[in-house]
Formats: sequence, C-alpha cells, structure tokens
Amino acid sequence: MTIAASTQLISFLVLSAVIVLGALGVVLLSNIVYSAFLLGGVFLAVAGLYLLLNASFVAAAQVLVYVGAVNVLILFAIMLVNKREDLAPIPGIAVRRLLSGGVCAGLFVLLTRVVLTTPWAQGPEPIGEGATIRIGEHLFTDYLLPFELASVLLLMAMIGAIVLARRDVQAVDPGTGEAVDQGLIEKARTPLLVDQPPA
Amino acid sequence: MASELLSGSVPLEAYLLVAAVLFCTGVWGLINSRNAVRVLMSIELMLNAVNINLMAFSSYVDGQLIRGQVFSVFVITVAAAEAAVGLAILLSLYRNRVTVDMERFNLLRW
Repeated sequence: MTIAASTQLISFLVLSAVIVLGALGVVLLSNIVYSAFLLGGVFLAVAGLYLLLNASFVAAAQVLVYVGAVNVLILFAIMLVNKREDLAPIPGIAVRRLLSGGVCAGLFVLLTRVVLTTPWAQGPEPIGEGATIRIGEHLFTDYLLPFELASVLLLMAMIGAIVLARRDVQAVDPGTGEAVDQGLIEKARTPLLVDQPPA
Repeated sequence: MASELLSGSVPLEAYLLVAAVLFCTGVWGLINSRNAVRVLMSIELMLNAVNINLMAFSSYVDGQLIRGQVFSVFVITVAAAEAAVGLAILLSLYRNRVTVDMERFNLLRW
C-alpha cells in the first residue's frame, strides 16, 4: 500500500490526535463506561497507525484481539461489578496526583530527549505488502518455540481465569445430603479459602 | 525531523513521541486510578505504546526482516492472557470485598 506522503502525514496527525485525546479520556473521565468505549477508539486508532506502517496482519490482529476480545472483556467486567459506590476521600490525594503527574511529565521529557537526540540508524527499504508472508515464515522457523509457548500460555491463562472467576459450587445438597449436579446450587458469597464441609 | 515533516513524510521520531505520550498517560492512570478496572485499562494503554514502538522500529530500521512485527504479535497474545487473568482476579476480589476501590484491596499488606 503506497499512498501519497501528504495523505500519510495527515492520517498520522489525525490518528495520533485520536490516540492522545482518547488515552487522556480513558484515565480522566469519571464514568468508567465512557472510558471503556474510548479505550476501544484508542485501539482502533493504533490499528490505523499499524496500517500506515504497512503492517496489515498486525493491524488485523490488533482489531480482532484488542477491540474484539480485550475491550469486550473489560466491558463485561464493568457490567459485572457496576455497583455505584462513593469512594471514601483520601487525605492528600491532590498532592499525590500532582506528584505523580510531575513524575510522568519528567519521564515524558526524558523519553522525548532520548528520541530527539539519538541518531537512529537508517534501515533497508521496508518490504511493505510482503510483511504477512514474512511474519508467517518467522513464526514457523526461528520463532517456532515462542509461538508454541504462546499457545501454552493462552491455555494456562484460560484455565486460570476459569478457576479464579468460578463460583464455588457445593456438590452436596445441604438440605437432603444427596449429591447434586454441580452448578445448580451456588453459595451467595464464598471466602477465598473455602473450608470444605465434612462429607 | 523537521525537514522530513516539511517534506510531508512521517519520520520515525513522530511515532516514538506518540508512543511516549501514550505510555506516560498509562503510567499516570496506573498510579492514580481508584477503580480496579481502570487500572487494567491503563496497563493496556502502556502495552499499546510499547507495540507502537516495536512496529515503528520494525518498519524504519528493520524493514526487511520485520522482527518487531513478530514481537508485537507476541505482545498482543500476552496482553490478551493478562487481561483475562486480571479481570478474573478482579471478579474474585469483588466477590470477597464487594468493592472495586483499589485503596481497600489491602489483602497483601504487611
């Protein structure tokens, strides 16, 4: 994909404006549902940046995984824990925010200085459209082991998430003492460490 | 950098600066959020900033081998796993504490 340089510049400016403003909205807005939707916007804009860099495969993965999975997961979590609660005020929170803001601004200045003063090496011409094929070659030759490890990691994360988020169910009906189908009877609230009732 | 901007093409430094802004915003949100879900969102912002850096370097410095793109695919994978486990922990905490206030999650305080 080759588009005119000026078009590229304008798209870059628009996408970065969306990213920066959206990120600020994610951390600053008080309504967390708005934050979650803005986060989806930021993910989409980042996918647009990847398209500008001629990386169509990673852009597609970004849209599928981040917008399609992570953002939806976050929205589900918000809806599951959406209790309106008034947070207790903490003494000195304004000072804390200012201090951390100063630290983050300092970090930004440091990063900016590094970015602008380093003489970055000029690499070879990017391969452009062939990137997807090249990624496939990498994944099945020199990055085969990390690729397989990633699949094991995803399996572990899936099982771990199920174990952590599952409600503990009683396998024995407390009324009659008979074994019942798991999942029919749920305890309303269970502590982290469940004392098994004597069978 | 300025001459490249004037000629209309996007320099490498512009991508790095956008990523720096995104990363610092994520750090600030990570420190200051009191809602646990927002903390997870800030972590996602920081991971995306790192991904932008990887992609920019892979395109401008490593244009033929694009190892940065492979790495960002791995980062996306790990981020998905992290989000799933993080939100599961959050649900489990919410069931015990009936709150999402980070200041009241002091189970591990010594």
